[in-house]
Amino acid sequence: MEHVKTPKVENVRMIDRLTPRKSTVGTLYLSSTHTIFVENTEARKETWVLHSLVSNVERLPTNPSGSPLIIRCQNFQVYRLLIPQEKDCLDVQASLTRLSCPECYGELFCFFFNPNLKKDLREKAWGFIDLKAEFSRMGIPRNLWQLTEANHEYRLCDTYPSELFVPKSASPAVFVGSAKFRSRGRLPVLSYFHRDTSASICRSSQPLSGFSARSSDDEQMLQAIMKSNPVSEFMYVVDTRPKLNAMANRAVGKGYENEDHYTNIKLQFIGIENIHVMRNSQQKLIDVGDQASPSMSDFLWGLENSGWLKHIKAVLDAGIFIAKAVAEDGVSVLVHCSDGWDRTAQACSVASVLLDPYYRTIKGMMVLIEKDWVSFGHKFSHRYAHLDGDPKEVSPVMDQFLECVWQLMQQFPCAFEFNERFLIQLHTHMYSCQYGNFVGNCQKERRDLKLHERTHSLWPHLWENRAEYTNPLYRTNHSQTQGVLKPLTTAYCFKFWKGMYGRAEKSMGSNQSPADCLNAVREESQQLEEELSTHQERLAQLKEKKAPGERKTTNSLSERVRRPVPNECELGSPLDYFTTTTTTTTTERHPPSFTLPLEPAAPPKSGDPDALSACSDFESGVADLSSHSSSAGDDAKDPDSDEVVNTNA
Amino acid sequence: MELSEHIKTANVEDVILKQPFHPPLKGTLCITSHHLLFSDRKEESSWQLLLLIRNIDAIEKSVENLFGYPSYTTKASQGKRPVGSSGTITIKCKDLLILQLEIPGMEECLNIASSIEALSTLESVKEMYPFFYRPSHLSLQGPWGLSSTEQYYKQTERLWDSWRVSKVNSDYSVCPSYPCAVIVPREVDDDMVVRAARFRQGGRFPVLSYCHHRNRMVIMRSSQPLTGANRKRCKEDELLLQAVLDGSELGYIVDLRSAQQAQQARMTGGGFESKTCYSHWKRLHRYHERGKMLQESLIKLVEACGDHSHSVDRWLSKLENSKWLSHVHSALSTAGLVAECLERDGHSVLVHGSEGTDSTLLVTSLAQLILDPASRTLSGFLCLLEREWIQAGHPFQQRCAHSAYSHARLKQECPSFLLLLDCTWQLWRQFPLALEFSEALLLRLAQEVYASEYGTFLCNSEQERCALGVKQNTHCLFQSLLRSGNGEQYLNPLYERTELAIWPSVHPQSLQLWTGLFLRWTEYAQNIVEAREELWSIVKEHRESAGLERNYYTLSTHCEPLTPFENLMDELTIL
Repeated sequence: MEHVKTPKVENVRMIDRLTPRKSTVGTLYLSSTHTIFVENTEARKETWVLHSLVSNVERLPTNPSGSPLIIRCQNFQVYRLLIPQEKDCLDVQASLTRLSCPECYGELFCFFFNPNLKKDLREKAWGFIDLKAEFSRMGIPRNLWQLTEANHEYRLCDTYPSELFVPKSASPAVFVGSAKFRSRGRLPVLSYFHRDTSASICRSSQPLSGFSARSSDDEQMLQAIMKSNPVSEFMYVVDTRPKLNAMANRAVGKGYENEDHYTNIKLQFIGIENIHVMRNSQQKLIDVGDQASPSMSDFLWGLENSGWLKHIKAVLDAGIFIAKAVAEDGVSVLVHCSDGWDRTAQACSVASVLLDPYYRTIKGMMVLIEKDWVSFGHKFSHRYAHLDGDPKEVSPVMDQFLECVWQLMQQFPCAFEFNERFLIQLHTHMYSCQYGNFVGNCQKERRDLKLHERTHSLWPHLWENRAEYTNPLYRTNHSQTQGVLKPLTTAYCFKFWKGMYGRAEKSMGSNQSPADCLNAVREESQQLEEELSTHQERLAQLKEKKAPGERKTTNSLSERVRRPVPNECELGSPLDYFTTTTTTTTTERHPPSFTLPLEPAAPPKSGDPDALSACSDFESGVADLSSHSSSAGDDAKDPDSDEVVNTNA
Repeated sequence: MELSEHIKTANVEDVILKQPFHPPLKGTLCITSHHLLFSDRKEESSWQLLLLIRNIDAIEKSVENLFGYPSYTTKASQGKRPVGSSGTITIKCKDLLILQLEIPGMEECLNIASSIEALSTLESVKEMYPFFYRPSHLSLQGPWGLSSTEQYYKQTERLWDSWRVSKVNSDYSVCPSYPCAVIVPREVDDDMVVRAARFRQGGRFPVLSYCHHRNRMVIMRSSQPLTGANRKRCKEDELLLQAVLDGSELGYIVDLRSAQQAQQARMTGGGFESKTCYSHWKRLHRYHERGKMLQESLIKLVEACGDHSHSVDRWLSKLENSKWLSHVHSALSTAGLVAECLERDGHSVLVHGSEGTDSTLLVTSLAQLILDPASRTLSGFLCLLEREWIQAGHPFQQRCAHSAYSHARLKQECPSFLLLLDCTWQLWRQFPLALEFSEALLLRLAQEVYASEYGTFLCNSEQERCALGVKQNTHCLFQSLLRSGNGEQYLNPLYERTELAIWPSVHPQSLQLWTGLFLRWTEYAQNIVEAREELWSIVKEHRESAGLERNYYTLSTHCEPLTPFENLMDELTIL
């Protein structure tokens, strides 16, 4: 609490930029973990924002109506507040800026978050995802692959998990030697085994080859990986970096495998850009989603200029290449980038999603993230800025993986058990540190932090609420569900992810959702079926008794699940098609959203009274309408759906 | 010249047909006056292809001379004729399908190509297929069209007090592009209407388009007033509009041109309603692209969609450059504005551009979809199209003579109607439960408007249809759509009637490319079709388990507002 300068500010206005009418007045509270906005309405609607989700707090110059404060969150939600007193605003800004950047792990929310779980249940919860079970699910043949204890106590590689799968034919000397020849000791190990073809996906970091160095151990290691796939005569080494970047690394003693030294490998560069390019690209994309009232051209141009979809395509391309090699050609693949914890994780996990229907289920996706990301040392705390640290370490690596999955969901609407909401939840939790799963940068660090004893696991929580994350169109026996996914990569298949990046304005989120509707339909059918059977039973009983008096069967229709009929306030309240500059609440002035950019501000020609009137006519028309109080009465019932972020008990 | 005279070669054997989603087929190609037929003759009764020649927008032919090659290469032709050459015809259809025919024999190939060229560009309406289409299950005696102005008036009780049906145009002399009967304010007599019509381009005087069920405010539509450079006035026109206001203080004129364009229109005899003469009306200008520019936008978009390159940057810049989505954006925005004037501010609106036959109709019909639940049902939507487009005199024949592939010089082609369907699709995507009809209906209409067996979209106005006896000699598409047994495919399984207005989001992020139409013949659209089938089967399962009647009961009783969804979910709106 010592960082909270002002715990409570009254008469704060929460501004809805697209529909200023929907702005609400309320009280702002700052707790040690959350910012809470409570509306002054009868409903006392609450909006909770976790401090650790706040990415930045911007204060605009004070104007006569107050001091505007913009809170931007890492899950791309934006809250615009208007605080009456400048001093309060400064205090809130200072408090939030400090609270959103914890300086040590101990300050993270997960160490305070307490869902009242008993100790044994907490331990059980941490065992919910079991990677050993996952490797045995893959059906790894024991004669070809072995589990090695070499990394016990993280002796071999401190960013790898303690349990590693390596080819049976590789002796400990070989893989220890190989680890020495790989950047940060991240030697080639098994990530995924494809039972149908016996081909595997292995991962590592770049070799320390420089211009001429070689290691016979590393060469033997690759040979052993190739041999563990008995039918194939060569293997791919996929370097996910652009070739130029890989070559540049040779100058610092790193680089890529020399095809002359390694027998029977084929080297393939994919060209995924580095984390700095991705960070800048995403920032541009966020700016596109953040524009107040862009024209169609502004939007499309901004989207193109950000390059984001191009990068998403590159990640997907990498996955497709690997999946094709493994499934169609039956060739094993070794994937690496520089350190083997960003692009490599992306490429391996996208390929796994394409290859194995299991990873397209809710549980499977959890397993995949736990395996390819958490256990293999993806630097969550650095990449998602959990602590106040080097901004150059921050990059949306996981965001891109989740988006690749989303883009696949667009192409194969029946293939995934989970829905978009699941991906968005995962994304939020990656940043929020409410649970301990994504805290720290590798398994060793997590062990040292004693996360299993001090924090809770996200997975059982998501699993309990899986009904909310289920795609109603998913069916295990659907043709899209089975086998390897072969997505198109034509440019038009890549779309702007509105559910993720279009959340800056709350009034935009008023669409009807067919998924929710379908889920309710399903539930309703089940209930009806149950009802039918009880009625039949009763009928049978009645027949047996031959009871003459007709008993009225209870009608439980009213107890049934409600189908999501569109909310009245959602449909019934128009956006401001006149969106105005007359709102005095913000200093930002936006052109009316419905005014076309093509609309010329026709300068009145002198000596032409009609032209003058035409012009002023137009202007006054706007002003008049916006000053009108709404006659349709939709304002009165206007508790718009609001996002409550991480409401915690 | 008889149609059959265009056909020089009626049959060709051993033609190879390539079409999307199918392996190449070998079979016989036939050409008739109106159709291109193809069969592999394996199953006697079925045609693999039955294509209306009217649907063909462009063909490209290339001929190869194979003389000098050993003759055994053509043994497959069973030696019926000496074939030493072959040709390929690429057929690009108005519904954006692309087919390829490999035809043995240069002469046959050229003959087929020239027949298609001649038959696909017939100008005479009487020779078009709807006049020959006589399916056994339809009778010409049946009703043509769904409703007339009189019927609409009779059904709409809220009009009876202050509005009347005028037959002043019964011989089409007042306005050649209007139907015989129109709805005008009760207190305006026919003489005034005639004079007001002389003051409007093409005689399209202000008529009622829609009367809002909540507050009886109205949408009127017309063409531009002929004020000209010296600012002419017309008392009757002013009185007519005054009568529309019916005592209320204010009305809005939504002019679909920029203020500058409206000014310029005066130089050519057109103009706008000046503030001094129409003191109770406020004018708002909303610029809409029209005519040739809109057609070129469609051409560019279709070209972009046909580019299967893998560069995301290039795709986005082509999409942006086509401007099609910008047109969708402005159409929905203006419709939203009109709807807001009525619903929120309680004022009547007059909509016009120049001629009042394109963007005007687009805006008035979209505003009705936003406001009026009746127009969101299947029959209501078709009635809306009939009233606001067919009877209101949208010149379909001129606008839809060619589509996006044609190399012909553009005349009066303009995809206004396609833009309406796209905007309707955007509404449906944003409100997947609010419309009773499905995307399949919109796709069917997009196809029928360019090439049809039915007479519905023939001609440019009621007058022309009357003169050619369209109603007596063709079948009506709308009747057939409503009657057809396979109606299910045109229904939205998730439909849930709402009495509320549906306000579309016009933020660029909320508008999407209509993949169902523009990428219809790609694999991308196929997966979505599968998903839609899945959706139907879930709903059907539900209905079976619930029993139809009970299901109907539950559907109609659950109209209470629901808990709002926490997040905006549009993952399934692609369906």
